[in-house]
Formats: sequence, structure tokens, C-alpha cells
Amino acid sequence: MDTMRDRFAPVVSRLLDEDPRVAVVLAEIGVDGFAEARRRHPDRVINVGIREQLLIGAGAGLALTGMRPVLHTFASFLVERPFEQVKLDLGHQGLGAVLVSAAASFDWPAGGYTHMAPGDISLLDTLDGWTVHVPGHPDEAETLLRHAVAAGDDKVYVRLSVQSNADALPVDGARFRTVREGRSGVVVAVGPMLDAALAATEGLDLTVLYATTVRPFDGPALRRAAEAAEADVVLVEPYLAGTSTAAASEALTDIPHRVLGLGVARRELRRYGTVPEHLAAHGLDPHSLRERITAFLRAAATSGAPGRPQT
Amino acid sequence: MKTTASPPHPTPDVLGHSHLDHLMGLMTGDEKHGPAATSTLDVLWVLYDRVLRVAPDRMDDPGRDRFLLSKGHGPMAYYAVLAAKGFLPVDWLPAFGSYDSPLGHHPDRTLVPGAEIGSGSLGHGLPIAVGTALGLRAQGLDHPAVWVLTGDAELDEGSNHEAIAFAGPAGLDRLHTVVVDNSSASHARPGGITARFEAAGWSAVTVDGRDHEALYAAFTAPHPGRPHVVVARVPSQQA
Repeated sequence: MDTMRDRFAPVVSRLLDEDPRVAVVLAEIGVDGFAEARRRHPDRVINVGIREQLLIGAGAGLALTGMRPVLHTFASFLVERPFEQVKLDLGHQGLGAVLVSAAASFDWPAGGYTHMAPGDISLLDTLDGWTVHVPGHPDEAETLLRHAVAAGDDKVYVRLSVQSNADALPVDGARFRTVREGRSGVVVAVGPMLDAALAATEGLDLTVLYATTVRPFDGPALRRAAEAAEADVVLVEPYLAGTSTAAASEALTDIPHRVLGLGVARRELRRYGTVPEHLAAHGLDPHSLRERITAFLRAAATSGAPGRPQT
Repeated sequence: MKTTASPPHPTPDVLGHSHLDHLMGLMTGDEKHGPAATSTLDVLWVLYDRVLRVAPDRMDDPGRDRFLLSKGHGPMAYYAVLAAKGFLPVDWLPAFGSYDSPLGHHPDRTLVPGAEIGSGSLGHGLPIAVGTALGLRAQGLDHPAVWVLTGDAELDEGSNHEAIAFAGPAGLDRLHTVVVDNSSASHARPGGITARFEAAGWSAVTVDGRDHEALYAAFTAPHPGRPHVVVARVPSQQA
């Protein structure tokens, strides 16, 4: 199967053909995929070299002239390295852009920690007004990229990864999707974590929501699910553990609830190897997930938490 | 005090260079205004009076020139020039820096009529100006000039050097930088500023930042195929 990143250049190349507002800015990474588009649109496919502060700043300048910039590099160099440019040149200036990252939390484990960005969404959470898409399949990435570019002058982050579910689901660029219904709790599986979350909770009486747009967080969907089941919520995220815990708690402010945030640990592993090895090391493989989720639910059943119906 | 919800009162364009001290005094509470803003005053005046094709009623015109104040520190001179040219009402000036004032100690483009960018954190204007020049070029708008004002010490910030190194080879000939050089950089060599720009393929000239005719000549010098930098030297005691 091809990867989300394989879809990025073809989709955005078509958008360049369709919409004269669209411009792509690259910082060397991903240039080859746009060679043909650059021949057709030499002024709208821009490579600034290995200069990530300029990548964001130039994107802001393009937006100032009314264009719709699409800015792309690895997540660590797109969000973390030029974070003040993201904060000021886009946010403070009141400008929009589409930031499309690759490499995610540990898509290239052999590349080491310098190319890992499990904290990208947490960083964006310190800022106002970002839409964040985390597709779980190349087909979904294609749809969400189109949503992102079409979203007026919004600030949109699209997080592409080599991690993928086996099959795509319909995504609408806004809402969570219910993929399984149960009564003992709610699992929110984000993007490429869905298959592992479904395998981990096979046979358990749990609702599973699938989230591909995580900001804004679909609080109403979580609330409906939590009201229809136990308000024991497990978040399974492919980035820093607990990234969406506050958003989930906010959705459930006025009902007793418990939240378990599963994801990538802060601790630096200092290991290379493969994606499955890193998933296992962070407890995100189906076996580890099942253990952690059932332990959490068992604790809930015996805690006698206030407001919990004793069954 | 006004907010952005109310459009600025039109100010008759009758205020000249001789009024600027008075306008700055409205912000400092003293006709003898603070020196922090004065290093940029002559540069700003010559640009707005004689070079930039902008006006209060042209801020939505895609064909206008763009002026980006990157050195947002000490913006009194900028506000004074914008007020003199009718972009913002003179009666906004006395409340400078207060809670309800649109005029802060660093400008906010969403609050200040005529301000193309907000600034304050150094090293952001030049990369944004590069993108502005790219955006105008991509839309076939070949005439508008893009100007960005930085300080000499502001060039310490590495983000500027990403922009300088890209703009020359990219041939962004509608991009102009004016560096107000008051020798405030702690680590600098004489001639280092123009050398840095020239090494990246820019057209570069150094002039007396107090001499209006020299500034005008430097600002309007032809520079086909290359971006252009004007280093405006001002006395070092003027911050």
C-alpha cells in the first residue's frame, strides 16, 4: 500500500491546477514529488532550501497577499523548530496556512529522536484557532488535505504518517465516527491507532469512536457516547500521551467521568529499529493496549466513584 | 478610545515633516520626544512622503506598495508618520500604550490602520517580506514594491539570514530592505552589513540616514533582477 505522504504531492499538485490561490512552500524535503507541478506553476511551487523559519515566514507573506499557502516538511522541522514563526507569523498576524507534516511521532525510528515529533499537537494546543487532522489511511489523508486547503483562510495542520489502518473510513473533516458501540466505556482512537484499538478491545463491551479531526475536539460526540455508556474514557493517540485529556475532560465537565490518556511517552527511548518496536515500547501495540484498558476499567468497576451507578 | 471597529477619521494630508516632533510628543508627553524612535524617523518620512505608493484609501488595493516594519521597538516615529499621512487619527496618539489604545509599544497589524504586519519579536519581517514578494509575483503583480525596515542589531537574528540568502538567488527584485544602522549590534564589523547582502546577490548601498535626498536617491536606485538593501547610517546614540 502507498503511504499518506505518497498522496500528498499528487493531491496538492491537482489543487495547484484547480485553484490559483494555492501555493506550496517546501524546505528541500518533498521537492521531488512536485517537479512536474513546479514546471506548470513555477511561481507557486517554492523551495526555500533548508530554512524552516523562512518556510513559515514566507508562507505568512504569501497569505498576506491573499494566497493559500501549503507548507510542508517533517513535523519536527515544521512545528517545533520554527514554533515562534507559527505562533506569530500566522497566529498573531491573523493569517492562515495549511501545515502538512510527515514523519509523525516515530515514522523513521532508525533516524532517532531528532526526527521524532510526538509533541507537535501539544505545541499547537498552546495556540488558538488551529484545526488538526490526523488521518489514519492514505485515502483519508487525501480527503482531509482537500478539506484543509478548502478551509478558507483557516490555520490547519495535517499530520501524515507511514502508520496506517488497513482500510479507510469515510471522514468529514470535523466529526468523530462511531465504529463500535458498547456500554462499559468509550475508547477514542485517533488516526492510525484505530486498528490497534479495535483489536485491543475485541470482545469488550466498549464504544469505539474514531477521530481523524482532533482539533476542534468533537466534544459533543464524546459526550453522547459517554452518556450512552459508562463515562470511562480511554484516549488512544499516536502522539504524546494525554494530549487530548483536557479536551475530553472539558467535554464531560458536568458529569462524573474518568479519563485514561494513552499515547507516546515523553521518555526518550534512545532506540532505533522499527515502528512496531516503538509502538510496543510505548505500550501501543494491541496486547499492551488491552492490558492497560482492561486494568483501567477494572479499577473503575471497583472504585465506587461518586455518582457511579453500582451495578 | 477607538478600536478597529471604528474607521479612522480622515486626517487631511497637510502635516509635514515639521509636525513629526509634535506628533511624537503626543505619545511621549513631551515635545522633546524620547530618542528610541528617532533613528527611524527620517527613513520612514522619506519612504512615506516620496517613495511608497500607498495611501489610507489604498490599503485594500492589491497594487499598493507594502511597507513592513520589522523593527517594532520604538514605534512612535512610525505612528507619527502614519498619523501625518492620514492612516490613523492624530487623536489616537496621546493614549499610546494604554489598555484601550490600538497603538502599543509594538504595533499590531490587526489594530493599526496602515500597518502591514505586527512586529516586536525581531527577525520576522524580512522572511514575511520574502513571502509577500513571492505572493505578488505569483499573482502577476509585478509593480508593487515590498519594503521592510530592520535594525542593524536585528540582523543578529538568524531568520534574517535565511531570507537574505534566499532572496538574492531567487531574484526577488521587488524586495527592498532598509537597515537603520545605529551601530547597536554588539558584534559587528564595519561594512559587514552590505557585505552580507552583497554576498547573497543583493544590490546594496550605504547612505547617511539623516540626509533626505541621499535616502531618496538610494531608495529609488535601479536594481534590475536583484533585491535591494539600503543601509541608513544614523548616529550611534540614537537607539
